[in-house]
Amino acid sequence: MSEQDVLVVAEIDGGSISDSTLELLGAAAELTDGSGGRILVALLSDDGGAHAMHLAAADRIFTVDDPLLANYSPQPFLDAVSELIRRENPRVVLLASSTIGLDLAPALAARFKAPCIGNCRGFAIDGGSLKATCSFCAGKLVAELQIEAKPAFISVLPGAFHPAGRTGIAEVESVSIQLEAGAIRFEEMILADASDIDITQQDVLVSVGRGIQQEDNMEIAEELAEVLHGALCASRPIVDQGWLPATRQVGKSGMIVKPRLYLALGISGAPEHMEGLAGAEVTIAVNTDPEAPIFEAADYGVEMDLLDFAPELTEALKRKKVAH
Amino acid sequence: MKIVVVLRQVPDLIEPLEITSEETALDYDEAGFLVNESDDHALEQALLLAEAGSAEVTALAFDFGDVEQTLFSAAAKGVENITTIPWEESAPPSADVASSMLATAIRSIGPDCVFIGCQAHDELEGALGPRLAVELGFPYLGVIRGVSATGDENVVHAFKEFPGAAKSRMSVRFPAVLGILAADQPPRYVPVSRIRAAMKSAEFDEADLEPVGCSGAVAVTRLSFPAKGDGAQMLTGSEEEVAEQIADILIEKGVLT
Repeated sequence: MSEQDVLVVAEIDGGSISDSTLELLGAAAELTDGSGGRILVALLSDDGGAHAMHLAAADRIFTVDDPLLANYSPQPFLDAVSELIRRENPRVVLLASSTIGLDLAPALAARFKAPCIGNCRGFAIDGGSLKATCSFCAGKLVAELQIEAKPAFISVLPGAFHPAGRTGIAEVESVSIQLEAGAIRFEEMILADASDIDITQQDVLVSVGRGIQQEDNMEIAEELAEVLHGALCASRPIVDQGWLPATRQVGKSGMIVKPRLYLALGISGAPEHMEGLAGAEVTIAVNTDPEAPIFEAADYGVEMDLLDFAPELTEALKRKKVAH
Repeated sequence: MKIVVVLRQVPDLIEPLEITSEETALDYDEAGFLVNESDDHALEQALLLAEAGSAEVTALAFDFGDVEQTLFSAAAKGVENITTIPWEESAPPSADVASSMLATAIRSIGPDCVFIGCQAHDELEGALGPRLAVELGFPYLGVIRGVSATGDENVVHAFKEFPGAAKSRMSVRFPAVLGILAADQPPRYVPVSRIRAAMKSAEFDEADLEPVGCSGAVAVTRLSFPAKGDGAQMLTGSEEEVAEQIADILIEKGVLT
């Protein structure tokens, strides 16, 4: 045990270790580099720790095997991680800024009366202090934070760190923890409607955000998508409004897309959305706000109102197609 | 079923944000405010459950930002009970203080369930809902898109969102705190006339609370605007000219054929 150990809470997504877990291992490698701290992993599952082989960047993997960990429900997951923290007393606990990590990180911090920071995209241990950089106000601001207390619970933005390059043979220890189901229980996983277009397979995506303003305006984007032989998708607020189904949502809780062209109309570029389009070959963003974070990530930017600009673009594309 | 809905004020990101001269905090005196989006969905979800059965909804909010507008709007939507928590600082309470004061107010109301947005864009210390749940001794489930009644008035089904447009159906036995991402339908529109009527008739209870807890275990050493990288190549000109430029780019890249 070291004063500088870092515990990574692994997530299994679709039957394999999630990409964000591998990035957490990369983050942990940066944090422990030269500190003497170890990279520890909490691997919670019902399969006897079968995924441990994919976590070779760790020094030690603690597998907790229980039918209650087959699918996420709060109490068994919280109790299992809490017990590992009590045993190992890490300096830092890293979780993905995911649908599970968003629940667990603040709850664990409250249980241990310890600090928690969210949306982290960089950090370092400087002397006895942990210094972190976080996204604030949907990426419009950057906060630098200092934490003295231990353990510190940090949820890390996907894409902020490279997956660990280190390989080796981690020690695997099976830990027996008595778990209870609790008052919130998993019943069923409901998968996406397979009858809709699969936007993860589209070459061209026209994506709309709040800038579309009202449902009647969706046809402006639809027409543009049609001219480009592309599909229409959206950021979360549009799906929340019911203007497009959840299968068309790009981002953290939606789809991860990798089109040749991602045309973002009226999307500000909150971190949760940007997680979903990192694989796009070319991104063009149209937004009235020159400070919109999406202009930092896009290849081309247009500072205009999409309601005025998109019809012009549709007409220009039609003209070019005829002439081309 | 008694549901308390927590409604928070957050800076309006449409308006320019300003940072204090110490460069360690957002200048809330210069910010515009609106209700936290996912809290608004939490309210809608509670109202839907109330309309489907016999739930009683109480809105609970710190007296901060433009909260009166939010609460009059809630009253116009049909919320009968509204409680405010006194707050005189120009900045919102830290996560510790907020969860402690909210928990005290909630205990005095004695609900079966607490609904709160699963995130707010001005949270640096992670989501408030899980902290509040620990403070109350309730379980927490967040990132929920939709809640439905079951035959048992002490149990609801909550649908937790996962990547790939998947969701898990979870059975939630009360008491519990639920972190709502989105309601089963968008927050309802209320005409200005009904809000004006609510301004004349709605009454708010004020919780008898003094600030408690610490000011936060996390110290902000610097707050700044993101450093400008190379960023996007900004295309300029008239709408028609820029559209032509993009069409040419798409032809060059083989996207437009």
